[in-house]
Amino acid sequence: MDERSSEIALIHKAQALNLKKEHRRQSFWVALMWLFGLITVSILILVVGYVLLKGGTAINWEFLTTPPKGGLSGEGGISTTIGTTFYLVGLTLLIATPLGVGAAMFLIEYAGEQSLGSKFLRSMISIANFAVETLAGIPSIIYGLFGYALFVSTLKFGFSLLSAALAGACLVLPTIIRTTEEALLAVPDDYRRGSLALGATKWQTLYRVVLPASTPGIITGIILSVGRVISETAIFYVTLGGSYRMPTSIMDSGRTLALHLYYLAMDTRAFDKAMGTGAVLVVMIILINLLIDFVSRKLTAGVRRVR
Amino acid sequence: MNDTKLETINYSLYYGKFRALKDISIKIPKNKVTALIGPSGCGKSTFLRSFNRMNDLIPGVHTEGSVLIDGEDIFKVDPVALRQNVGMVFQKPNPFPKSIFENIAYGPRVTGLKDHHKLEEIVERSLRSAALWDEVKDNLGKSGLDLSGGQQQRMCIARALAVEPTVILMDEPAASLDPIATLKIEDLIHELSANYTIVIVTHNMQQAGRVADFTAFFYTDESRTGQLVEFDETKKIFTSPRDRRTEDYITGRFG
Amino acid sequence: MSGRMIADKVVKYILFASAIISIIIVLAIGFFIFRESIDAWTEIGVSEMLFKTVWRPGIDQYGILAMIAGSLSVTFGAILLGVPLALGCAIFLAEIAPEGVQAVVRPAVQLLAGIPSVVYGLFGMVILVPLIRNIDVPGNSGYGLLAASIVLAVMILPTIASIAEDAIRAVPENYRHGSLALGATKWQTITRVILPAGKSGIIAGVILGVGRALGETMAMIMVIGNSAIMPRPLSSNPLTFFLSQARTLTGNIAVEINYATGIHESALFATGVVLFGLIIVVNASARWIIRSQKYVEKAN
Repeated sequence: MDERSSEIALIHKAQALNLKKEHRRQSFWVALMWLFGLITVSILILVVGYVLLKGGTAINWEFLTTPPKGGLSGEGGISTTIGTTFYLVGLTLLIATPLGVGAAMFLIEYAGEQSLGSKFLRSMISIANFAVETLAGIPSIIYGLFGYALFVSTLKFGFSLLSAALAGACLVLPTIIRTTEEALLAVPDDYRRGSLALGATKWQTLYRVVLPASTPGIITGIILSVGRVISETAIFYVTLGGSYRMPTSIMDSGRTLALHLYYLAMDTRAFDKAMGTGAVLVVMIILINLLIDFVSRKLTAGVRRVR
Repeated sequence: MNDTKLETINYSLYYGKFRALKDISIKIPKNKVTALIGPSGCGKSTFLRSFNRMNDLIPGVHTEGSVLIDGEDIFKVDPVALRQNVGMVFQKPNPFPKSIFENIAYGPRVTGLKDHHKLEEIVERSLRSAALWDEVKDNLGKSGLDLSGGQQQRMCIARALAVEPTVILMDEPAASLDPIATLKIEDLIHELSANYTIVIVTHNMQQAGRVADFTAFFYTDESRTGQLVEFDETKKIFTSPRDRRTEDYITGRFG
Repeated sequence: MSGRMIADKVVKYILFASAIISIIIVLAIGFFIFRESIDAWTEIGVSEMLFKTVWRPGIDQYGILAMIAGSLSVTFGAILLGVPLALGCAIFLAEIAPEGVQAVVRPAVQLLAGIPSVVYGLFGMVILVPLIRNIDVPGNSGYGLLAASIVLAVMILPTIASIAEDAIRAVPENYRHGSLALGATKWQTITRVILPAGKSGIIAGVILGVGRALGETMAMIMVIGNSAIMPRPLSSNPLTFFLSQARTLTGNIAVEINYATGIHESALFATGVVLFGLIIVVNASARWIIRSQKYVEKAN
């Protein structure tokens, strides 16, 4: 027993010694983790700060309100590209939103239904879920290639807003489906039961009770998609053509802000104007992030009220 | 009389503004089993966690008064060193997702031991002390999560022993176990008390009666602030409590 | 049957139709890209395309090995730079940073994810490329793998960091407490218990980051130089490999598709098939790892 207690005393001494070493090691690594966090924030400040400061000097009323003049030094402003961006965002979401919301409603609200018990529909639903996951992982240039092959060439829509919006809609579809699904799942089942118990049909229940309750979530998905279309370049590079004139119909070619930035930087090397365009883009993205933050805060507040 | 191992003096604990424990003074004797009993929500588990400063991990907790181990203020001891000296067994067995061997060797490893031969020795000794060796000696490579609940809990006790603590805190160690596994744990507690100071929180009065040398009764009124009502040798608490509330509680009139 | 009952039925089928649109799109993407590439595979030959390094449409040379090497090299570089930073950031956010600091760093990571890739590309062209050009090695233009890897590292950082953070946060609290109660330091708890327990989620995050890296297009075109050559060291120092220009699979498609015709166009679609295949494998393995982890968690 005595031997044992002297052994324990030795162990305790070794533990105390080791602990000092471990504390030093911990201080080092924790400091390093702080540094990594700091580096991440610094990268953001560096990129955003540089683009805003540098680009800010190129931005003035004239830059925002005159169309690009083309030419080798990237003369002119960016008005038509802003217009085209909004045009394309609107068109893309007009296509993607009903499809995405509809798909999500089916996948969440009808998937568990008994009358759908047939094996065919069950397997369709699981394949559809798999397809949404797959779509979310496909790189945008592949959507571009697809849009080019199907809409531009095969269907002969040419390089146009329509081709670009259809390809863009495929890109944002999984985003809208996923966010809508989450919003629908957050709606308490009591709402549905309450409405069904009053004799409403399933669709009436969905339309009048479930959809309104999940609106903020669906809006979050739409805003996220707006951000993706504004930032996206590769798809539109191979489907939208690149004319800097303001499109007057959906069959016209066009150029979004992001695309304009690319042409300015790569074709004309007009870096100042490109920075100006970049600054406009970054401001838009910051606003969108703030908006999402605002809406999702509303969303959680709403859920809290429900509970 | 007994040596005192752990002691609190006018100890109070707050969660933010809420006072969870009020003015607790107690002397817990060395190498004995002390049970903390009382109705749920009376703060006995919180009190238990004060001895290894696990309450430090909860944001907003602050304390008044002092907690001493071997006469030394624990808030002046490095919490990591303190936890090496004061082991803990949780209510729900919490093995790491590692092999049985690695679960037991975890403590010695983090406290600096690298020699594999020594580790093997410690693993065997700890498992023997926890009365688990014969059941697992051929399967040390098996995941700790594959053991039964009772075995997992004994493994967690072995894991605590492997660090060579002098105190073991047990927070309702048998709460999630069946009666047979519970009996094994109780036997084990009894054996360990020769070499360790054990403080055990339990809901189960019979358990306190069976395993504890001393018993502390905690109580809370509507304010939900826990306080120590009575502390004495277990048989005195059970046969001739001084306080009405203790008597009511152990005779099952409330709680 | 009343009108509203009929409406109920009709709506159900409309919704069903939108649900299977995703399936149709996936199949259509696979079908069209593959169909357009068939000419290239048959006329040029599979091995000719996959294992030849010379891409010169002017003389009907369509080897895409150089682009495969380019994509893999820049992805490797981005992982080398981005993964430690992203994992550090995830550990920092999940385990170390006080709440006030988290409230700054987490939105910063989100914003990094939202910035358009052309903006990163432009930043690379204006800041990184001139800096790298200062490295005194013959043939160094500043454009190349190093600039592209840095840009790409920043672009995949948010993906990896946020998935890894979620994985770390998902580790049950009782592992953490169990380790601390045994007298492990916080850092020991992180490295010996939390990271191993969250391993699959973290690896899945890294793999999804690889998927993003392989798929990135415009920013790569802007900084990598786009020479359709096998990347190689510029001098006897092997590190100058990263100063080499290169071209990615994505870049190959985007740069040439608008004017390509005939077999050249088909070869670009074949490039797309290879890229698509790579991404599918990468994403499927990430999904598989996440699934197997969920299974393990359920088993507990």
